[in-house]
Amino acid sequence: MYSFEFHRPKNIKAALRLFRKADDPIYVGGGMTLIPSMKQRLAAPTDLIDLSAVGELRGVAWGEKTLTLGAMNRHNEVVEDAQIQDRLPVLGELAASIGDNQVRNRGTLGGAIANADPAGDYPAAVVALGTRVITHQRSIAASEFFLDLFETALTPGEVIKAVEFAIPERASYAKFRHPASGYAVVGALVADYGDEVRVGITGAGPCAFRAKYIEQLLSQQLEPSAIEAVTVPDAGFISDIHASAAYRAHLVKIMVQRAVSRLLEAP
Amino acid sequence: MKIKLQVNGRQYVLKVKANSLLVTVLREDLGLTGTRVGCDTSQCGACTVHMNGRAIKACSLLAVQADETNILTIEGIGTETSLHPMQEAFRDCHGLQCGFCTPGMIMQAIDLVEHSERLDSAEIRRGIEGNLCRCTGYHNIIRAIAQAAGPKMIESVDAAAREEALQETASLREDSR
Ligand SMILES: Cc1cc2nc3c(=O)[nH]c(=O)nc-3n(C[C@H](O)[C@H](O)[C@H](O)COP(=O)(O)OP(=O)(O)OC[C@H]3O[C@@H](n4cnc5c(N)ncnc54)[C@H](O)[C@@H]3O)c2cc1C
Ligand code: FES
Ligand code: FES
Repeated sequence: MYSFEFHRPKNIKAALRLFRKADDPIYVGGGMTLIPSMKQRLAAPTDLIDLSAVGELRGVAWGEKTLTLGAMNRHNEVVEDAQIQDRLPVLGELAASIGDNQVRNRGTLGGAIANADPAGDYPAAVVALGTRVITHQRSIAASEFFLDLFETALTPGEVIKAVEFAIPERASYAKFRHPASGYAVVGALVADYGDEVRVGITGAGPCAFRAKYIEQLLSQQLEPSAIEAVTVPDAGFISDIHASAAYRAHLVKIMVQRAVSRLLEAP
Repeated sequence: MKIKLQVNGRQYVLKVKANSLLVTVLREDLGLTGTRVGCDTSQCGACTVHMNGRAIKACSLLAVQADETNILTIEGIGTETSLHPMQEAFRDCHGLQCGFCTPGMIMQAIDLVEHSERLDSAEIRRGIEGNLCRCTGYHNIIRAIAQAAGPKMIESVDAAAREEALQETASLREDSR
């Protein structure tokens, strides 16, 4: 690893000041993505600004129909939160499916979405359940947050403070898990809001997206069979050593169907 | 940079480089070589220690990120004459062969048992997902963790494995028909 300066600001203001002053700074949340890539010298910042002591990035706030989750919430904090288990269990299930226990003890919501890994799990939740991503300076519509492979609407130095989720009537996440890394080869989050069904897909394309055509069909009939006749087009999907674009397209349908059956089974 | 660490109950003030990993500081500065470096790429879990009571991979954390925290390593959980129950269970169940993965396995297993209300063998398997054993002695590792989990276990791992094997044989028979 190259050398760098390390900072641990106590609030957002100080973090922004440090970011402005440095040559080539980067924030670190849990470091589960960043530290390994710095070790491989894929990232070589001059200044590492650790957000773990910034209190404004923590916390879990409930509204009548919303949950606002601070960016520095670690995956296991979401898994183990009794109120999340009760009121938005799908988020806990999704977080529990990330990597392994040691990774979940460190990785954060903010880092997971800022990084916009095409195979990351949280992006599926942000597009399907999210309303907005709140940064230190503005609020970004969840549907406009992910732009492309590892690319988001964040501007340099912008700090994610929290994500606001709308609580659905019921929801379920189904994931074809890569057996070694745990990442989603394809993951589908299906959420029933009563008047509409939302479907967030991760792993298939360059970034997470909503499957609008499938949503329409499921809004008419929330049954796995409702999309039986669908052929998901694979245009623009990822093809790599783990799966071809065509296989990912196939998995999209299967994962949505699994998520729907699970959602119907739930008490 | 100067950091304050509590390691295995002892307070340290250490001078470290910003880019030193926690595992390097534990092994090289403090001589606590029980914590291993297996892959150095966050995959194998051999470097697992507890930070403020939770298992983390010390090869993927900078020592400066651990400033002002409480670290527990394999050296801190028991003594030669009074082993930790998880260590005893690994010994009783022959949960180790070469022993390279064992400190990390034990530290992760303790986190798993402490933070679970109930466990079954599938959850133990899932719980040690971040730990690799190159000797592949997984079944005895799982038995050891189940023994240490004691009353938290809701099924016998041997019964679960027998059941799984029976089902596998049955489906093989079915296939060959
Ligand atoms: C072995 C292993 C297995 C994994 N398996 C999975 C998996 O199955 N599914 C999955 O989804 N992920 C997986 N991950 C990734 C894991 O979830 C990471 O924790 C996550 O992607 C990044 O979160 P982090 O807090 O560690 O971010 P960091 O590594 O700290 O940061 C990542 C990026 O986000 C930026 N950032 C961090 N916080 C903020 C903020 N508040 N505002 C703005 N920018 C910010 C950083 O500058 C950096 O560019 C795995 C990781 C490992 C090591
Ligand atoms: S050495 Fe840390 S995970 Fe392998
Ligand atoms: S006992 Fe040899 S690596 Fe696990």
